[in-house]
Amino acid sequence: MTVVLEARNITRDYATPGGMFRKGGTVRALKGISFKVEQGKTLAIVGESGCGKSTLARILTLIDPQSGGELLIDGEQVASWALTPELRRKVQIVFQNPYGSLNPRQKVGDMLMEPLILNTKDSASVRRDKAMAMLTRVGLMPEHFNRYPHMFSGGQRQRLAIARALMVNPRLLVLDEPVSALDLSVQAQVLNLLADLQDEFNLTYVFISHDLSVVRYIADEVMVMFKGEVVEYGTRDAVFDAPSHEYTRKLFAATPVTDVEAIRARVARRRAAGIGATV
Amino acid sequence: MALLEIRNLNVHFATSTGTFHAVKGLNLTVHEREVLAIVGESGSGKSVSMLAAMGLLPKSATVTADAMTFNGRDLQAMSDKDRRAIIGRDISMIFQEPIASLNPCFTVGYQIEEVLRAHLGLGRAQRRQRAIELFTAVGIPEPEKRLGSYPHQMSGGQCQRVMIAIAIACKPKLLIADEPTTALDVTIQKQILDLLMTLQEDTGMGMIMITHDMGVVAETADRVIVKYKGQKMEEADVLTLFEAPSHPYTKALLSALPEHATGDRLSTVSDFLDPATLEAAR
Repeated sequence: MTVVLEARNITRDYATPGGMFRKGGTVRALKGISFKVEQGKTLAIVGESGCGKSTLARILTLIDPQSGGELLIDGEQVASWALTPELRRKVQIVFQNPYGSLNPRQKVGDMLMEPLILNTKDSASVRRDKAMAMLTRVGLMPEHFNRYPHMFSGGQRQRLAIARALMVNPRLLVLDEPVSALDLSVQAQVLNLLADLQDEFNLTYVFISHDLSVVRYIADEVMVMFKGEVVEYGTRDAVFDAPSHEYTRKLFAATPVTDVEAIRARVARRRAAGIGATV
Repeated sequence: MALLEIRNLNVHFATSTGTFHAVKGLNLTVHEREVLAIVGESGSGKSVSMLAAMGLLPKSATVTADAMTFNGRDLQAMSDKDRRAIIGRDISMIFQEPIASLNPCFTVGYQIEEVLRAHLGLGRAQRRQRAIELFTAVGIPEPEKRLGSYPHQMSGGQCQRVMIAIAIACKPKLLIADEPTTALDVTIQKQILDLLMTLQEDTGMGMIMITHDMGVVAETADRVIVKYKGQKMEEADVLTLFEAPSHPYTKALLSALPEHATGDRLSTVSDFLDPATLEAAR
């Protein structure tokens, strides 16, 4: 299998401003992150807010440079001072909030065609055809081409964000909490769409999430982060069956269970305490 | 006796494109000592129905109900002044976005003491004493110090604890929690849910838990109402709902949970429901 993405000991420092009575310092947001993702696979990154997930996403999508360590895409070393358009085309991102990530003043068609204008020499009619085809591919209609983002629901907007990311045929898609703003039933539709697209285009996903039930469903490999460090990294089954780090176990324990036996036990305990439904 | 009883609640909104029927004929009863969960996706009218009961909807909303009583008192017939004496004291509410629901211009201490002054008329020293007690009860470390903090100086989980402290300040009989953990991390969600359930068990207050998360329902509820597009689809006790859901929409919701995935694709609501079956189920 080809390794699409490899990170070797990536670090990222942020400078904190000094004040009149305080010296400026640095905060190390990522403390040496290493991992590999093979083509067509999904790596899920799990962790609480402030653990460095999104910092890592920004580095992987070449938005921010890393402070130290090496990033390899398709086996090719990424140098922050020499980013080529080819390299940028290979990585695309889908953000968490589809209400904030789409330009409200840009029509859907223009939004989908913009990456093509910037990155390819396609003619206007080819661009239009590609955008139409992509709309149908993500489960929308060609007649949505001339509409504005506010005319769409949250799930449809996330489909648009995915369509935009796929316009330049990327190798790697970074998904930063793509379903956490969506309702349960819509979440299922978008997860299915992502799985279909992965099969069809042999896409590689880095899936950032805090929802372990979603991760368990979609991931091949799981990486758990805590305060800028990787505390657990392995295949999905290994991590879920035998979590080795204390934080991972805490995370599992905190995830609500919808298991009938657990509910039965809870209801019985409440009834014994004289609390709960009396009718 | 029922704590809150609502019969045939309807809410209409006047919009530029005509009236929108947000809540359609809702019946609901909450007793003391029990947790009722209202579950549904966004736009199903779960928050609106509770805001209607509390009289917090804007003027563009028309609220009608055959009966709406709290502790035997008619909420519709009473004057605004009487209603204000109940809302915030006997019925209180926790909202989804803890940081947005606190006033950024005042310290959290001021905001909790404001409730104590308005509803209980306590003196300055008593208010401070009670505020410290409440902060301790909801698990905020160093409460004396924290009273002087502004909301932006606290994390989302801490802000939600402050909101809970404000909500339980007057020992309410009914607590309405509107998506109390949606904006929080899963570990913090666990802490907040545990805190709410402990408070509920200790005080025996009634609680309405509004949520879209079946996991939260499974961890908190005694009885559950499932809503879809303004209508009640199913009402059942929590065990029956998860064990043997009777309505197709409930079945669809449960099977859309990623942990219930069978095969390599999730089933979605549309696999279970087409408009015809939904129509037939009414």
